[in-house]
Amino acid sequence: MNRIHTLFKEKDSRVLSIYFTAGFPNLDDTVPIMEAIQAGGADIIEIGVPYSDPVADGPTIQDSNKIALDNGMSMKLLFEQLRGFRAKIHLPVVLMGYLNPIMQFGMEAFCQKCKEVGVDGLIVPDLPMQQYLEDYKAMFDQYGIVNTFLISPQTSEKRIREIDEKTDGFIYMVSSHAVTGAKTDISEEQVAYFERVAAMNLKNPRLIGFGISDAKTFTSASRFSNGAIIGSAFIKTIKDSENLSERIQTYLQSVVN
Amino acid sequence: MIGVDEKGFYGKFGGAYIPEMLYPNVEELKENYESILASKEFQDEFRGLLKDYVGRPTPLYFASRLSEKYRAKIYLKREDLCHTGAHKVNNTIGQIILAKKLGKKRIIAETGAGQHGVATATVCALMGMECTVYMGEIDIARQRPNVERMKILGATVVPAVSGSKTLKDATNEAMRAWINNPVDTHYIIGSVVGPHPYPEMVARFQSVISEEIKWQLKEKEGRENPDIVIACVGGGSNAAGAFYHYYNTPEVRLVAAEAAGLGVSSGKSAATTALGSPGILHGSKTILMQTEDGQVVEPHSISAGLDYPGIGPVHAHLFDVGRGEFVAVEDKDAMASGIELSKLEGIIPAIESAHALYALNMIEYSKDDVIVVNLSGRGDKDLETYIKWGNY
Repeated sequence: MNRIHTLFKEKDSRVLSIYFTAGFPNLDDTVPIMEAIQAGGADIIEIGVPYSDPVADGPTIQDSNKIALDNGMSMKLLFEQLRGFRAKIHLPVVLMGYLNPIMQFGMEAFCQKCKEVGVDGLIVPDLPMQQYLEDYKAMFDQYGIVNTFLISPQTSEKRIREIDEKTDGFIYMVSSHAVTGAKTDISEEQVAYFERVAAMNLKNPRLIGFGISDAKTFTSASRFSNGAIIGSAFIKTIKDSENLSERIQTYLQSVVN
Repeated sequence: MIGVDEKGFYGKFGGAYIPEMLYPNVEELKENYESILASKEFQDEFRGLLKDYVGRPTPLYFASRLSEKYRAKIYLKREDLCHTGAHKVNNTIGQIILAKKLGKKRIIAETGAGQHGVATATVCALMGMECTVYMGEIDIARQRPNVERMKILGATVVPAVSGSKTLKDATNEAMRAWINNPVDTHYIIGSVVGPHPYPEMVARFQSVISEEIKWQLKEKEGRENPDIVIACVGGGSNAAGAFYHYYNTPEVRLVAAEAAGLGVSSGKSAATTALGSPGILHGSKTILMQTEDGQVVEPHSISAGLDYPGIGPVHAHLFDVGRGEFVAVEDKDAMASGIELSKLEGIIPAIESAHALYALNMIEYSKDDVIVVNLSGRGDKDLETYIKWGNY
């Protein structure tokens, strides 16, 4: 069974997913960061594959992408770093990356590598559902990779139902009209959106992302969903950190507890 | 047949590869643009403004001294005489009327050299709409006059400080701004790039260029079809406009001039079809300049309007199926052609358009051939580059 499915079977509230960019702050931090995220008490590890043109991301993650690329991170190198990580990490691992670098690597080769190293799922923000269904779904299924779709406050009920139908991992709820990292509080308008989606009784669990940064926003988001995703705030936390592992664990414990 | 299919593809290229956050906006546009464009109300307003405000039809001018030099019958399609100095305004007029019909209150746009930014700021002033233009920090520094023009016209110019701080990043910023303001804002893309339906919609607004060439050439030569149409290609909006009504007339050769910068293999080039490969850029599948790992490569061209790492999906298709002849023109040759046209015809062209003119040296033709070169813009904005270049 895919680790994402197992997780949500065992835990249906306050699921915490942590995003970081591979190759940031230093080229070889990937696996040590994953270990610290696991030790800190998070539930899902989301690894960003850096891209030159991350159009859905705000300044913090744009910056981490650029630094990672300057450090020399690439898809090939990432898979090399990930070889053998399952000896240390039992959490579900999701790769988040834009479509072009994956296309150049080759979608089939990419899925195969994911399976080989032990990656459970993918988030490809600029891969639209229709294109996924037509071109790639069979491949994902063949290698047992779970694909995750995003929804936003503008997504119609009809489309949310369609996405729910075609997804079998979790639904990534973008919290507001915003790129990543833009907000620090949860507004009434957002609450209305969270409640509206919660009332739809979707078959998939929902994680809320974009603008989640601390214990307060994590707890608020978890009230309306199965948990939340922290990205930009985590990137800021590790940006200038001397002792990464300790810093990550302290931060995560402050969010979780 | 060259044309967009119902899924938004030109052959293998096109589509709408966008984050879900943009899906409702793009879907709204896709669902509505064709019926709005087909309505009499839209057409009356669009045609009226093209005539009285832009100054269309632009002349199809027989360039006799240029013809004599190149031993062919060369006509110039004078898009340089459009209001604001380039063809860009054909598209912004169309899109702002569309935005009004969709009930939008704000306009955002990206710009490289500032020509599309100025054309957008102009129509926003005309319609009394709020306008924000995203422009790379580096371009802001090197295109000061256009930045000030936009400000005089009432637009806010926001520097794009990510990545290479040029057109590609301004486009990223505009897309992010649209994600942040999805309901009341329309994004006026300036070229035949972006997610479907943008490439086709922009091409249709620009197709007035080839529509006019047809009847103007009929008047002058007794035939609608030239032997060759030449246009420069950055994203490719003026080329799409000049080629549009000839896509499916195989006897008309379509020549696209890309910018080779300091030379195709110099590492300082924007010759997309020569150097690029298929991939995703700004929401569509197209040909783009990229590393082996799929990271987008920074282009170079002396002409800011051609300084783009991709081409519109329709051009990728023309290239792929061999319908278009693509040539790569170096900075120095484009500059020489710009100066040559100035001396021979008394027209200082935009450096973008000078690339199309140089293509006359790179393709085969005979002395009876009728050639239309799309003179997409005038050189006023490039005066500083011409002065720095010297050699006149």
